[in-house]
Amino acid sequence: MVDRSGTPLVEMRDVSVSFGGIKAVDHVTIDLYPGEVVGLLGHNGAGKSTLIKCLSGAYKMDAGEIYVDGKLVDIQNPRDARGHNIETIYQTLALADNLDAASNLFLGRELITPTGLVDDARMEAETRKIMARLNPNFKKFNAPVKALSGGQRQSVAIARAVYFNARILVMDEPTAALGPQETQMVAELIEQLKEQGIGIFLIEHDVHSVMNLCDRASVMKNGQLVGTVDVDKVTDEDILSMIILGKRPEPADAS
Amino acid sequence: MADASASGTSQGRKNIFKTLEFDTRLLGMVGAFVLVCIVFNVLTDGRFLTPRNIFNLTIQTVSVAIMATGMVFVIVTRHIDLSVGALLATCSAIMAIMQTQILPGIGIDYGSPLMAPVAILVGLLAGGLIGAFHGWLVGYLAIPAFIVTLGGFLVWRNVAWYLTSGQTIGPLDDTFQKLGGIGGTLGTTASWILGVIAVAAACYGILQARRARIAHEFPVKPVWAEATLMGLSAVLILGFVATLNAYSVPTRVLAREFEARGEVMPEGFTQGYGIPISVLILIAIAVVMTVVARRTRLGRYIFATGGNPDAAELSGINTRLLTVKVFAIMGLLCALAGMVASARLSFHSNDIGTLDELRVIAAAVIGGTALAGGIGTIYGAILGALIMQSLQSGMAMVGVDAPFQNIVVGGVLVLAVLVDIIYRKRTGDV
Repeated sequence: MVDRSGTPLVEMRDVSVSFGGIKAVDHVTIDLYPGEVVGLLGHNGAGKSTLIKCLSGAYKMDAGEIYVDGKLVDIQNPRDARGHNIETIYQTLALADNLDAASNLFLGRELITPTGLVDDARMEAETRKIMARLNPNFKKFNAPVKALSGGQRQSVAIARAVYFNARILVMDEPTAALGPQETQMVAELIEQLKEQGIGIFLIEHDVHSVMNLCDRASVMKNGQLVGTVDVDKVTDEDILSMIILGKRPEPADAS
Repeated sequence: MADASASGTSQGRKNIFKTLEFDTRLLGMVGAFVLVCIVFNVLTDGRFLTPRNIFNLTIQTVSVAIMATGMVFVIVTRHIDLSVGALLATCSAIMAIMQTQILPGIGIDYGSPLMAPVAILVGLLAGGLIGAFHGWLVGYLAIPAFIVTLGGFLVWRNVAWYLTSGQTIGPLDDTFQKLGGIGGTLGTTASWILGVIAVAAACYGILQARRARIAHEFPVKPVWAEATLMGLSAVLILGFVATLNAYSVPTRVLAREFEARGEVMPEGFTQGYGIPISVLILIAIAVVMTVVARRTRLGRYIFATGGNPDAAELSGINTRLLTVKVFAIMGLLCALAGMVASARLSFHSNDIGTLDELRVIAAAVIGGTALAGGIGTIYGAILGALIMQSLQSGMAMVGVDAPFQNIVVGGVLVLAVLVDIIYRKRTGDV
């Protein structure tokens, strides 16, 4: 389905991160192609969030390299990551509760008027446009996001990632706090984004969602990469045993 | 993602304040202020709400109010500044020494038009740098602001003492003195002109906001609501100007002025004071700070960082540098407050600004700034300062003993925060 003959959209090569004496990420290599969804799995503390935060610019790698479109890039902070069209939806959503949807959507990238002041009216108009597409029921444009439901807050976080022409999207458990209907909408959105050629790293706990949404799955355990498998070629049990036992499935995988 | 939020248009008859989109908390504060004024007016047999007392009240409030606007930013970013009164003293000492010792020493003599601007500039520079230094300690070295500014409180209070050897320094430059007290007012005509310009600006602002909303096809308030807002702002602004104009210069002072010019004062000649320059400075600061808070990236980042520091960081905001900027602004405002305070006294005294840090924090908090961060308004802080000053001088006029004055102010501070907490719980407001 996904064409993996070209250059990967992103390649994280031999990445290591330590906190104190603990190796949170230990020489891990993963990659992502355009229009592909790669699931990142593992127990809590396996190192998936830490690994992906290096890509988002929230953490700094101790060793390793990141390539975007085959070119070595230097990501020191979230601003650098955004500069490479890498957008992240954090598990905590990373919203400023006291601000409204538009202020959150454009946080750090405000639209400004020619006089240099923030252009709230235009930002609200843009927010209304993208929300009409993502979540037509969203109406509370002038309320602080604290007043929104979990699903509405999620849609603000997603809108923020999608609005700025992301090419690489990182989603850290996007459906963890959502009901079944809202989870379905996120699934549809992921399909939609895939078709546009966006590459997505999806951090997930739920093996079934991974089987449904992802093309490949990379499993981590104790900071190390157990392996990357083609989701079509393995079963739920294979992935579960990778997560729990750190054992690669019998047949050679696709990576 | 798909939950229907029943909000907005379908609520039927909304109450009048909602239609006007008034901030109910602001209304509460204004209500409290009016109540304080009326009670004292009754207790003092009408002496509290005279043009003379209102004039004095405004010029006494300016110094604390200026600093309170900066304290809003500091508290919104989840910090605190305990050093503002001490920093005010240091800046005031520097400006005073510039005028009496340093500048005359380099050929800029007493009465030179350069004296006031240069002294003020040096004072502002000192305030800004000291503030930025505090911010650097807090932002980059991660020392809690409470500790940095508690240290700063001791350091700067005593730097001021050391610089002046504890002496009162004065008299200050004549032009400089105009910036603080009763000696520097606009006069009635200029005050009226300014009032009319302010009304025009307010109406233009309301119209402009409406046009922007229409251009983007957002819902707008009914026309009568906008008209009411315009009318209300006109009444408030012009009423304020009229009150300050109604306080006339004592006849003896006028007679002396005429004498100095070698003229004879005409029979029945009167002259109003008009708007004090220090109040103009406060208004200008309030406007600038409000624009910064609401319409600039800096302000947006200040509030975002207060609401969720991690989110701000992940959005690419340099929160460390932001901390430096916030404290630098606070330092600049301390210098401006020091300028106004020493100009009002016409000299620098060693105890200038003592306990101001607590008044400033109290003003910001009474004005609705939440210590948890993320919430606060500039106008609220100024209103808070005004309420504090009204209580203080009202009690002094009634003849309440000094210890009781502070006991009451302390109680009011705690009560105000309690009321705010209850209000937020009731309304589910953030």
